[in-house]
Amino acid sequence: MSQSPLLELENLRVSFPTPKGRVEVVKGLSFTLGRERLGIVGESGSGKSMTGRAILRLVRRPGQQDADKMTFDGIDLRRLSERRMRDLRGARISMIMQDPKFSLNPVMTIGEQIAEALRTHERLARRDVQARVLQMLEAVRINDPKRVMALYPHEVSGGMGQRIMIAMMLIPRPDLLIADEPTSALDVSVQAQVLDLIDELVRDKGMGLILISHDLNLVARYCDHILVMHAGQVVESCAASELHNATHPYTRGLLAAVPRMEETREELPVLDRSAWSGT
Amino acid sequence: MSRIQSSPAALRGSVGALGGFAIVTLLTFVGLMAITFFIGRVIPIDPVLSVVGDRATQEQYDAARVAMGLDRPLAVQFLAYVGDVFQGNLGHSVSTNRPVAEDLARVFPATLEMATLGIIIGVGMGVPLGVWAAARQGTWIDHLIRVFALLGYSVPAFWLGLVGLVVFYAGLGWVSGPGRVDIFYEGVVEPRSGLMLVDSALAGDWDVFWNALDHLILPATILGFFSLAYIARMTRSFMLDQLGQEYITTARVKGVAEWRVIWTHGFRPIRVPLITVIGLSYAALLEGSVMIETVFSWPGIGNYLTVALLNADMNAVLGATLVIGAVFILINKLSDVLYRMLDPRSR
Repeated sequence: MSQSPLLELENLRVSFPTPKGRVEVVKGLSFTLGRERLGIVGESGSGKSMTGRAILRLVRRPGQQDADKMTFDGIDLRRLSERRMRDLRGARISMIMQDPKFSLNPVMTIGEQIAEALRTHERLARRDVQARVLQMLEAVRINDPKRVMALYPHEVSGGMGQRIMIAMMLIPRPDLLIADEPTSALDVSVQAQVLDLIDELVRDKGMGLILISHDLNLVARYCDHILVMHAGQVVESCAASELHNATHPYTRGLLAAVPRMEETREELPVLDRSAWSGT
Repeated sequence: MSRIQSSPAALRGSVGALGGFAIVTLLTFVGLMAITFFIGRVIPIDPVLSVVGDRATQEQYDAARVAMGLDRPLAVQFLAYVGDVFQGNLGHSVSTNRPVAEDLARVFPATLEMATLGIIIGVGMGVPLGVWAAARQGTWIDHLIRVFALLGYSVPAFWLGLVGLVVFYAGLGWVSGPGRVDIFYEGVVEPRSGLMLVDSALAGDWDVFWNALDHLILPATILGFFSLAYIARMTRSFMLDQLGQEYITTARVKGVAEWRVIWTHGFRPIRVPLITVIGLSYAALLEGSVMIETVFSWPGIGNYLTVALLNADMNAVLGATLVIGAVFILINKLSDVLYRMLDPRSR
């Protein structure tokens, strides 16, 4: 495997028009990603999800994105035609969406939806597609995959839905997986299962992972490197193991607000926003 | 799209559903009869008077009243009416002096033919236009389609009918004028279904077929335009709603081609609400457009009902209302069945 980075982003900007002019939700984001696990943390509206979509060039109109540099495996994503970009989506860069209740098509069977992800990028005989789908469903630990293939999304639980989503996004064997809040819509009891599964599959296949979450602990546990975003900007960038040495007041505030097992504090502190925004 | 259920249990289930469906339909129909019947008795039109005329003596009047069975209690009259209807007897029309059932068998197919072609045009153009507008939301294509659909909402039917005749019949001579066929083709083919196109095709008389189509195409297109307006607007708004859904993004993330995103992921789920919209438009067309039928001298049910109302011809009014109501029930039930077939969540 070459040591050239998988993804390079320089000065990524995403903006939306409003009656008062364009508002930037991502203000100059830069990072370099190898085949490693990067966590992007931030509160709602910090621009973390938009970053994920911008990498796939899926910021919906009237939103606009541009960057000084956006290369994936040596390919300049900014100059790619929409057609070539489509060939890349799913096949090489894939994204796990937040809530399986809304992100799976309600009127297509699960088997059809997973098979579509594969068929879009590979010409395979019907039997081979079926075999690959079954194999993938087994890989995400779904019992009785034959039966599940014929089900519709409303017939499965949230945790199972998210595992199906993972199967769908990994079946064309992408190099980079973006997971946009993959567990926020799930019960706490299945969150760890789903994340362990993503982690295992990503490591096995040597993929790059961008885990987008608002949960600092989660990201610290599953990622090698962490970006903390606030108001469209990166305020902290450090190795996961160095998180406790974070310097930015926003990160420090977030860390301080996390309860610990060996807690001695009477009250958890509230994030003091005046420390960095100057208001 | 869906797998056909073939297990014995599923089969028994669908037979049971079909039986329930028949019973519900029948009950709705009896309810419809009750309503039309009692409305017919309540309105201040004296059915006896319209038969005997206002110069009849009291004796003649009373005799006619007894002969028509109007001296019996209302409930008995209703039961007799229901019995008659189920035997296909809708009474005698005073304005045409023929059995109402016979009249309806003549006028309803004329409306059916026009409405069916109309809805085919309306759906065939309205649905793609609506989808197209939604896919290109905010562009000039979208605006153009919306203005076009708005015209269908706001232009009066009779005006469009007249202008259509002036331009395409009188001016350009592209189509034939009013009526179902040219006068010298009238009565040439034996009326088997009452649908001119079907009858002439069955008889193999292609001259009549093309002539009938020539007569039909303009009024049907105008009717189709009106349903197109509604269908395109509804399709557009359903589609916009769909295209904002998360699973559309999922499909794009998978790298699915744009036409497939729109037609497979966006359009498939809206077939269900669209069926209701199309069903209602079709039912509205089958009611018969009095305006269009008048402008095009079309011997349809709308025309028939209007004439019957103006002549206080109660049997004809009740009969026509019953047929229109039955069509509504049938189309509603049919869309229910389709609904269940297309939406896995309602199974």
